[in-house]
Amino acid sequence: MKFIDEYRDKELIMKLAGQIEKAAGHEYTFMEVCGGHTSAIHRFGIPSLLPKKIKLISGPGCPVCVTGKDFIDKLIACAGMDNVVIATFGDLIRVPGSSSTLERERAKGADIRIVISCLEALETARMNPEKKIIFPGIGFETTAPGTAVTIKQCEKDKTDNFRVLSAHKVMPPAMEAIIKEGVDIDGFICPGHVAAITGSSVFNFIPGKYKLGCVITGFEPVDILHAVLMLVNQKNLDMPKVEIQYNRAVTENGNEIAIRYLSEVFEPCNAYWRGLGVIPGSGLKLRKEYERFDAEKIYSPEIKPPEDDGLCICGEILRGKKVPGDCPLFARLCTPDNPVGACMVSNEGACNTWFKYRKDE
Amino acid sequence: MCLSIPAVIVSVNGNMAEVSAGGTIFKAGLHMIENAKAGDYILLHAGFAIQKISEEEAEETLKLLKEMKDSLNSR
Ligand code: SF4
Repeated sequence: MKFIDEYRDKELIMKLAGQIEKAAGHEYTFMEVCGGHTSAIHRFGIPSLLPKKIKLISGPGCPVCVTGKDFIDKLIACAGMDNVVIATFGDLIRVPGSSSTLERERAKGADIRIVISCLEALETARMNPEKKIIFPGIGFETTAPGTAVTIKQCEKDKTDNFRVLSAHKVMPPAMEAIIKEGVDIDGFICPGHVAAITGSSVFNFIPGKYKLGCVITGFEPVDILHAVLMLVNQKNLDMPKVEIQYNRAVTENGNEIAIRYLSEVFEPCNAYWRGLGVIPGSGLKLRKEYERFDAEKIYSPEIKPPEDDGLCICGEILRGKKVPGDCPLFARLCTPDNPVGACMVSNEGACNTWFKYRKDE
Repeated sequence: MCLSIPAVIVSVNGNMAEVSAGGTIFKAGLHMIENAKAGDYILLHAGFAIQKISEEEAEETLKLLKEMKDSLNSR
């Protein structure tokens, strides 16, 4: 298919790898922030095409993985209320909360349905006027505008049995938190689809304030290798800046309509990230005008404070401090069929990706 | 879930479209993009077209990369 095949061209891949080999004068570590990149990097075997001097580490960009146990616990509390239906993206149902998962609650009789978009959750509300539908809003700037559009739609249609429990998050504050933690990196492979919405300018503070390079890239092997080459060149010249490799989808200002939807419906709030703790201004909550669609406000689900994660080191993996192979449970007690932590559940999670492609290393 | 994939618009009906990604048909909300029409390529993300894909820019990037390739070949 167009926009895919050209970016998987073997010859181009090998030439880019050759260029990187030639350009790489010393050691480099780059962090891919987006879980979609983590998954693509391993699926296409990118590490094997790079010289040993270049290390790619994954960051906090898998929305399911950074979602706290308390969010799952709240959903489970809501699912136990009368006539409530949780209409959720499928990724969330196996994520462990403190003592259960949505999947296990469903087996016990809770009404939990999988949808592929927020609009489908709204449709579920329309079809079932006697039920109360709750959509768990997870995801970054790519997913949150869809939730905003749906809430606007809901307001217009006067559907009164649809609510959102928002754990939506925004990327730049988390990247800043990673830098402040002192993770030793030479630059970021920036999230291409987040940037398709936000524009490249939201990353300007990274070279500006922290002197780290940023390349926004796509998800095919040619894109990723091209981005690595650009980052190596930035580092060699000691000229960190924000560059767009993914020109076919990303501009400086992004998708202004989507940004407008976001700012009309949501406002920034502090948010908890697994592994990173509470990051100021990194979450999106519904504005006061939209409070009546806010499941948090309407149902105030009560939960106990979640316990710590035991042996699971997802938190350190999400901060780029450890790799899945460092976890004592990896591939033994924790597998995609029987996940202990969120990083093993999601297709974009580092542990899940390692299990699929690098288990035998 | 956070995956966005390139898809081509097959038909438009108000602010909804049918799009095809590698032969599979999906529904996509067009609320966030303007002047979408059949034949346009978009990024599909969780049931919405989140951005149009620019053919010109795509060609430009590929041209640049191919030129790099050619200069290497001729060395
Ligand atoms: S392998 Fe499992 S237990 Fe270990 S860090 Fe990953 S998700 Fe957590």
